[in-house]
Amino acid sequence: MFYKSYQQIRADLDEQRITVAQIVNHHLEKIEEHNPNLNAFLEVFKEEAIIKAAQIDLKLKQGTAGRLAGLVVGIKDLFCLKDHLVSCSSKMLEDFESQITATPIQRLLDEDAIVIGRQNCDEFAMGSSNENSAFGLVKNGANPSRVPGGSSGGSAVGVQTDMCQISLGSDTGGSVRQPAAFCGVFGLKPTYSRISRYGLTAYSSSFDCVGILSKSIADTELILEIIAGSDERDTTSSRKKVPQFSQSPIKSSSYKIAYFDEINEAEGIATSVSQMMNQTMSSLKTSGHLLEKVSFPFLEYLLPTYYILTSAEASANLARFDGVRYGFRDLEISNLESMYKKSRTHGFGPEVLRRILLGTFVLSSGYQDAFYTKAQKVRRLIKDYTEKILEEYDFIISPTTATTAFEINSKTIDPVEMYLSDLFTVQASVAGIPAISIPLGEDQNAMPIGLQVMTASFEEEKLFSFAKSFKIT
Amino acid sequence: MATLETVIGLEVHVQLNTKSKIFSYDHNDFGNHPNSDVGAITLAHPGTLPMISKEVIDMGMKLGIALEGTINRNLIFDRKNYFYPDLPKGYQITQDATPICKGGIVKIRSDDFPHFDIELTKIHLEEDAGKSIHVQNADFTNVDLNRSGVPLVEIVTEPVITSSEQAGLCLIELRKLVRYLGISDGNMEQGSLRCDANISVRLPGAPLGSKVEVKNMNSIKNVRKAIDHEIERQTKMTAAGQTIISETRTYNPENNTTSGMRTKEIMNDYRYFPEPDISPIVISDEWYEGVKNSLPALPAQVKKTLIEDHGLSNYDANLLSDDRSIAAYFFKTASFCKHDKAISNWIMGPVKSYLNENEIGIDALSLTPQKLADLIHAVQQKEISHSDATQQAFKYVLHHPQVEVAAAIATLGLAQVDDFDEMQQLIDDVLEDHQAKVKEYHNGKKGVIGMFMGLIMKKAVGRIDPQKVNEMIKGTLDKIK
Repeated sequence: MFYKSYQQIRADLDEQRITVAQIVNHHLEKIEEHNPNLNAFLEVFKEEAIIKAAQIDLKLKQGTAGRLAGLVVGIKDLFCLKDHLVSCSSKMLEDFESQITATPIQRLLDEDAIVIGRQNCDEFAMGSSNENSAFGLVKNGANPSRVPGGSSGGSAVGVQTDMCQISLGSDTGGSVRQPAAFCGVFGLKPTYSRISRYGLTAYSSSFDCVGILSKSIADTELILEIIAGSDERDTTSSRKKVPQFSQSPIKSSSYKIAYFDEINEAEGIATSVSQMMNQTMSSLKTSGHLLEKVSFPFLEYLLPTYYILTSAEASANLARFDGVRYGFRDLEISNLESMYKKSRTHGFGPEVLRRILLGTFVLSSGYQDAFYTKAQKVRRLIKDYTEKILEEYDFIISPTTATTAFEINSKTIDPVEMYLSDLFTVQASVAGIPAISIPLGEDQNAMPIGLQVMTASFEEEKLFSFAKSFKIT
Repeated sequence: MATLETVIGLEVHVQLNTKSKIFSYDHNDFGNHPNSDVGAITLAHPGTLPMISKEVIDMGMKLGIALEGTINRNLIFDRKNYFYPDLPKGYQITQDATPICKGGIVKIRSDDFPHFDIELTKIHLEEDAGKSIHVQNADFTNVDLNRSGVPLVEIVTEPVITSSEQAGLCLIELRKLVRYLGISDGNMEQGSLRCDANISVRLPGAPLGSKVEVKNMNSIKNVRKAIDHEIERQTKMTAAGQTIISETRTYNPENNTTSGMRTKEIMNDYRYFPEPDISPIVISDEWYEGVKNSLPALPAQVKKTLIEDHGLSNYDANLLSDDRSIAAYFFKTASFCKHDKAISNWIMGPVKSYLNENEIGIDALSLTPQKLADLIHAVQQKEISHSDATQQAFKYVLHHPQVEVAAAIATLGLAQVDDFDEMQQLIDDVLEDHQAKVKEYHNGKKGVIGMFMGLIMKKAVGRIDPQKVNEMIKGTLDKIK
């Protein structure tokens, strides 16, 4: 029972060839089979999912079922679901139960999707390999000695191994696209503000995007259509009308596509990746698209800009985890100050502590102008430059990652080397534009390779159209 | 040593009386059970985001426009970062670089004090923190987060105030204004109006001295006392050649002193940066004009109208314009009756005493302006004596809101005797009976007229206008001389 898209599930449900109960059972079996080894789910809402399935089967019979009846969803453990735990893979929130439901999750539930469980991730979404979880690392389903990527590692593995049909992750600098590429699934980071962030635990407010991991573009389109759109609970959410992505026809246009020489010839890029990139580009040319080399002079500024700004925002966003009202509180304390210090030092893992310290530093009096303010200016330059390219070109393409999934523990020693694995994905995050990772194929070790396609803000429809017409030859 | 100059700047926090908090739907009420108005947003649960209340922006704009400042049409909020148990997010959402209003002026036009103007630096919007309640000798602190997220405007003056009297007048003026605008009850005891004072001293013409910030004054009187004490302390220190350090001090009302707070608390680096969870808010021309046109008449205009259109004295106009509701009551009453001075006297006299005795505002008064006008009209028409009107009829209609004034006068039997022949007969009879006293009067002992008044008023059971009776007695006595 493997469904490439929800459309097929719905067809089988409507023809009564299958029931929602069977679908849920199938995914529960997959979880039972893979999760003890891969550690993608932190908690499975088994009983709840079974009960919900029975209710939705009834609704299908009565003809009152929503548009996502029978869709089984996994959610990165950064999303709030009322009366459920939301740990952010942190000891800090190990026992924290949410009082709210995230807007995108609510919109899925309203259409009768079933949330099957909470997925492991890097603590507070900080990481690129899913090795920074207080509840153990996640392994790649293609090869369990490799990382799945991060921070939405559990979400990518969930879709990869069919533990769920789709996952909702979050993408701040590549946290959906990079694990999607490492696990061979589709990963979309929409335009910043396209999907409400209400109920998504914040890492970096001006970068965070809810992202979709799926087995097909069709599912990505359908889910985006349902969860996108303005929300009074998130003042930064866009009021732009959301197109009916799932209804839009495939346009067989000839597109103008830009690529950066700097990236395709970047140091550290794996031969397998650049080879596949070259093949892809010639295949695109053959299909009638126009490919042009474009210069991008800001490549070396991308990561510093990204890490300065996201760490700055994170240092404030994570200040609320102080042991006062909820969450972890160290008990070996003598006064208020020691309560703060010990609770935060022992509640957060090393990567989170590192970014809080970095963020606090770059905002400090005397350093703010040199770091934070300057990075804001550079962000503006990168955004303007990227937008200018996208006025002339429909897309910018690159590999999603420079290498395929790397070995577990191979990059944990040097945080900077780990940060470099975000090199290709951060541009879209800094610029706030949509980007998708499309599975391209595999290297000689059967590890997946992903193609990243970026386009102008709010042009997701065009992105989908291109992705659907895209054939690997 | 030359006399030192005092330089004072005020930071005034005003809690806005919105229904809900600034960034959530939690209620904004004073005095509720601790931690009862605390939803997920107030508690800073993961995943929550601030929503911005338009009502708060409207109120901030009203205050800015009323104080003649420049409204910033592109609003940006900032985060002010520090750790404290009553600050759930670990940062306060405030406005640093782009306050809702820049500049502005507080005009002091008191009768008893030279007129002066206080320039404002800025007015900005922010959220209030919760309350930490320190229990003496306990190893814990209680935190009440009901106040956390209550909307505030902070009004910052330029360092142009030179005395505690000026500071007090500035606060009185601001309190009057926020009440006029209906954006706050301006109650210092309950903390809906709070004031910190930055105080320094210097030799005339010298650069500004080290400023000391004094906090914790919960009445205008205490603000004055704290400033006076601080000036005295700094003056003595300067005279003794001691260096004044820039610090935050807290006022102790028990012994009227100030004491330094731990320097740690004030050495915070707040690491301000723009709040990324709130999109910049653009105030359109339409929005701006809408708010501007919704402003009520302000105290200065009201005072001017009272003097120029209603012929009241400066003194009366000051008293009436002090409170927007009282002024409104005056105008409403004046729309039914032309006797402006009488209305003013009634409001400042019996009406105000009644309000004070019962500790209620004029909005809660059961006497409608129409009825007050009827009462005044009855007195002017001599249908009832002034004293009967203020003492008996006024109370009666207050307690019987459904009864009309005319009916009340009839019920109480207070209708004045208009029959002057009958009155003259009464006077003649009394004078006839007291020949000796009449003689005394004619011999220059004018005081006896009081005794005649008493006798006649007793016989008439008080249903007559004493002034008229007095005149008639005098006339009769002068005639029979």
